[in-house]
Amino acid sequence: MAIALSVQNLTKRFGSFTAVKGVSFDVDEGRFFSILGPSGCGKTTLLRMIAGFYRPDGGTILFNGRDMADIPPNRRPVNLVFQNLALFPMMNVYENVAFGLRRRGEKGAALDRKVREMLARVGLPQSGDKRIDQLSGGQRQRIAIARCLVLEPTVLLLDEPLGALDAKLREHMKIELKTLQAAVGTTFVYITHDQSEALVMSDAVAVMKDGRFEQVGTPQELYHHPNSAFVAQFVGTSNRLPVTFCWDGSGRPRARWGDIDLVLPEGFAAEEGSPWDLFVRPEAMIIDPDEGTDNVLSVTVRALLFDGGNSRLLVTVRDRPEELTVALPQTGQYDHVRRGDRIRVGWASAASRAFPGGEDRG
Amino acid sequence: MASGRLRGGFLFFFLPVALWLALLIVLPHLELLRLSFTDSLAGRFTVANYLAFFTEPIYWLTFVRTALYSLLVTFLVMTVALPVAFYVTKVVDVRLSGFLMVLLLVPFWVSELVRVYGWMILLRESGIVNQVLTGLGLLKEPVEFLYRDATMVMGLVYTSMLFMVVPLIGVMDDLDDALIEAAYDLGASKGAIWRTIVIPHCATGLVSGGIIVFMLVLGSYLTPNLMGGKNSLWFTEQIYNQIILYFNWNQGAAFGFLLLLLSSLIIWAVLKVTGQRLKEVVK
Ligand SMILES: Nc1ncnc2c1ncn2[C@@H]1O[C@H](COP(=O)(O)OP(=O)(O)O)[C@@H](O)[C@H]1O
Ligand SMILES: [Mg+2]
Repeated sequence: MAIALSVQNLTKRFGSFTAVKGVSFDVDEGRFFSILGPSGCGKTTLLRMIAGFYRPDGGTILFNGRDMADIPPNRRPVNLVFQNLALFPMMNVYENVAFGLRRRGEKGAALDRKVREMLARVGLPQSGDKRIDQLSGGQRQRIAIARCLVLEPTVLLLDEPLGALDAKLREHMKIELKTLQAAVGTTFVYITHDQSEALVMSDAVAVMKDGRFEQVGTPQELYHHPNSAFVAQFVGTSNRLPVTFCWDGSGRPRARWGDIDLVLPEGFAAEEGSPWDLFVRPEAMIIDPDEGTDNVLSVTVRALLFDGGNSRLLVTVRDRPEELTVALPQTGQYDHVRRGDRIRVGWASAASRAFPGGEDRG
Repeated sequence: MASGRLRGGFLFFFLPVALWLALLIVLPHLELLRLSFTDSLAGRFTVANYLAFFTEPIYWLTFVRTALYSLLVTFLVMTVALPVAFYVTKVVDVRLSGFLMVLLLVPFWVSELVRVYGWMILLRESGIVNQVLTGLGLLKEPVEFLYRDATMVMGLVYTSMLFMVVPLIGVMDDLDDALIEAAYDLGASKGAIWRTIVIPHCATGLVSGGIIVFMLVLGSYLTPNLMGGKNSLWFTEQIYNQIILYFNWNQGAAFGFLLLLLSSLIIWAVLKVTGQRLKEVVK
């Protein structure tokens, strides 16, 4: 598959502060690529360099193999959906969508057909005559995207476009955006600080932190095989147990959590007594596990957080200060669990990840 | 009790305003209106003062010339003020833009008369501009820059600039930078961004500033009189001549009302043609 966008070693400095530090990645044609990172990690800066609004202090940007250095934004085969959408209030919906085509000198029936097709594609065929302030939040979203897609860009960049929507509409738009991308086949580069948006929509996700990419992979890879504590923490939710490494009497790797010994994945090795962080997903923690499960703890239920399919228990182990989150499947099997109950939870050692401790504590 | 106090407070603030309006604006105008319909010699009711404007070509030609020059000045002021306002609000740093605003205001702390004399010192035959140009060898002999229509237009643009820049800075400040970037991103050139985004956004500021500048220039007296060509008159000079030279207050008053009426008509027509609504502009 052809590479639509290739970014190599991109760097951007603002004064003495480096916002983007040598980022490299490739996006295949037709893919939905997300960049996920906390606020202030440099996502917008990276996107603005790709769109051409910032001049990089180092590195190259290639669209279909063509170097974009010194090409201004209005001549790049890329369009940007702005964080605040930036629809033109001085024009109606039709003219907003027609804007880019008119700038290319298109007119007449060909232009009219393209605009109408695009309005129909985003489900707003009757809205051409409306003013921007007559549209709802979700409709504005669609027009902002339609305005770019009608130009058939090589890559469409989206800067947290769902940020301003309410939770319900955001859930809906996630699916809609994914469907739209699959239908038009345009390459999307989507930035967000919301891990659920990135996981649901993307073919590939890059996790960004402090101007660098921590890990690039499919949503499943990031979720199941994070390669740093930050990724394990930021993608999905995880319980974090501060542990020290030790070998047990028969030479198998163990993690000591307070006075509790935990079994580590097979083949794990480290220096005796070194600090580590052990990450276990809430859904990997099983209530009333089978005998023979690697790690079984006896815990006290501190709170029951009912949230439909996403319900959880907050539990503590004896005198340990850490509160653990345990998934509470709504199958009827665990309906007897009450606050204050003492129950057993356990997890398979293969479902846990350990990363060197002492960093990212917080 | 409470409503009585309220009414007292209302009167306290309302009366001075009402008196000021009545004594200084309404009463003199009523008297001028009466004069304009009165025969200067016999003191009878007449419309001859108004008819004179239309029958005497020198009068209405002066008005047409004044109006056309005023439109030209308004247009020039717009083309100069738009980039200035853009530069102050969008290009320079916030701290610097405050300083630039002060720089724009400073010349207007000086009276118009002093400003015009300042220009005259620069531009007269023995003035600084001529000295520099002849000194550099660009001109063989000094040229009289003053008393030309082009110089007068420049002077009028200069004296009325601020009244366009201030409302434009107001509306330009509201223009979201992201709109400009979005247009740029969608393939617009600089010219297209001005035409499709910046100017439509500034329409209200352009119209309100335009009305102020047009009225101000149309009714200005000093600049056209001191800098303008010797054998061409500004309409305000016709009024001045009627009242001061010929002691014909009646004719002068009629001209005054015609100026008000015709300039309002021109503004109405321009608003109609450009599709702007006065109510939105004033808002
Ligand atoms: N124009 C700028 N001048 C100086 N610092 C900036 C500028 N733009 C962004 N930054 C800084 O760069 C960092 C990254 O910003 P940004 O790319 O907007 O982050 P994100 O979009 O991930 O929230 C932030 O710390 C921000 O303060
Ligand atoms: Mg951002």
